[in-house]
Amino acid sequence: MIAYISAFRIRLIRGLQYRVAALAGVGTQFFWGFMLIMVFQAFASNSRESSPMSLSQIASYVWLQQAFLAFVMLWFRDAELFALIVSGDVAYEFTRPVDLYGFWYARLLAGRLASAALRCLPILIVAALLPAPFTLLPPTCPASLLLFVTTLFLGLLVLVAISMFVYILTFATKSPMASFLVVGPVGEFCAGMIVPIPMMPDAVRRVVMVLPFRLATDLPFRTYSGSIGSVEALEGIVLQLLWLAVLVAVGRAALARAAVHASILGG
Amino acid sequence: MITVRGLNKTYLVAERSSGFREAAASLWRRRYRKIEALRDVGFSIGEGEIVGYIGPNGAGKSTTIKVMSGILVPDSGTCEILGRTPWKERKAHVRGIGVVFGQRSQLWWDVPVIDSFELLRDIYRVSPVDYRRNLDELVGELDLAPLLGTPTRQLSLGQRMRCELAASLLHGPRILFLDEPTIGLDAVAKLAVRAFIKRVNEERGVTVILTTHDAHDIEALAERVILIGKGRILYDGAFAVLCERYGESEDGSDSPPSLERTVARLYGEYGI
Repeated sequence: MIAYISAFRIRLIRGLQYRVAALAGVGTQFFWGFMLIMVFQAFASNSRESSPMSLSQIASYVWLQQAFLAFVMLWFRDAELFALIVSGDVAYEFTRPVDLYGFWYARLLAGRLASAALRCLPILIVAALLPAPFTLLPPTCPASLLLFVTTLFLGLLVLVAISMFVYILTFATKSPMASFLVVGPVGEFCAGMIVPIPMMPDAVRRVVMVLPFRLATDLPFRTYSGSIGSVEALEGIVLQLLWLAVLVAVGRAALARAAVHASILGG
Repeated sequence: MITVRGLNKTYLVAERSSGFREAAASLWRRRYRKIEALRDVGFSIGEGEIVGYIGPNGAGKSTTIKVMSGILVPDSGTCEILGRTPWKERKAHVRGIGVVFGQRSQLWWDVPVIDSFELLRDIYRVSPVDYRRNLDELVGELDLAPLLGTPTRQLSLGQRMRCELAASLLHGPRILFLDEPTIGLDAVAKLAVRAFIKRVNEERGVTVILTTHDAHDIEALAERVILIGKGRILYDGAFAVLCERYGESEDGSDSPPSLERTVARLYGEYGI
């Protein structure tokens, strides 16, 4: 266990090293957040049907999404791990007395935590101080805050388990491109990153609700804004645990299989 | 301590000839060529030896090292190291060995070296007392004190290789695999690395298996060499005997040929 904690720690140290990147990230996320809210505002004012989410709910949804971007984005990647795999330095990883799946999992988890740790507070604070339609509302009650934190964290674990497949696929194919180009956009759409899930057409929504991607974004953020009630949130937590078990089990088996067929490139 | 018998390993390499037509045709049908990286490789190595594992590029040296260090699974054959088969009990096996690949890095690229060392301490679960003692010794012997706080990316190759060697010994392994540890190093760094390897072997009793293209590494370190070519073991014995056999001057002059020339002739004689 200590090995995994230590891998987690070193990745955290590395992530905290880049202040300017974090600052630039915060700036981009404000710009992006305002843009999204204004787009939804424009839709709402021109549509005769009533929107399934109120504008203030959407604003909260968007700001949480921006603050915890590193928790929910599939394209967020550990470039060093990719370099390790593609260059063949991954050979060293096999000479360590650790379980490779757990080791990489800890590393990816830490990367996301480090990134979010630097960015979430400034965004949350400023977003809470914004004027009416743009503001981040406080949580509706202590229970929904607790449910939000739980679903956010479990969602992060599910997302890291999903992203592990990108690295396993890279390990098998020696190229990070294909897995990224496919998994990134598809996963983000299905997670409700681009359009919140309640605003999707019925047919699409039915498919997306079955997939695990929404458990990291849609579930925690709508739990916070009250768009998902506490009963539904509790059901969501059970789903998160089930998906987590399935994804980790399949990921482990896939990595073990890839390792047997591995050929390490170069030299 | 190390017994390898009848090791075979083949790779499949996709190939085609040049040109657009060939490239288009290969979309439908791939041709693969089988590369026999190892053919019936066998040897045994006793405790406390330094063995030079030599052969031309592509002979199968690195493949053998990778099999022995638990990275690759061979097609057939047996390998027993400290009583274990590397690819079957990988986690238990790698605790007892240290590995350095001269062309790769095991240190985290942009954090200080000491952070990488501490990660290794935790990975191998080295006790604080042992870690402190090992670290102090290694820092002293390799003169690492000024380097520990520096991120790996800002080290020169020679400095980095010294840190890599230290990293591979922090957990006190009984066997050390070195795959081209002196590649690309300047004369000073090469001498330092050689002296250190010698010392590790003599003072700590660590068994060393070393691959290299620098015949001077072998001359300085290894009495015994194993020669591999095209995946087969061709010679296993004293390096001095090889030097005697292939080292006599060709043109009748008194001065013996350089070590490089000797090795080149040796490869020529074996047709590899």
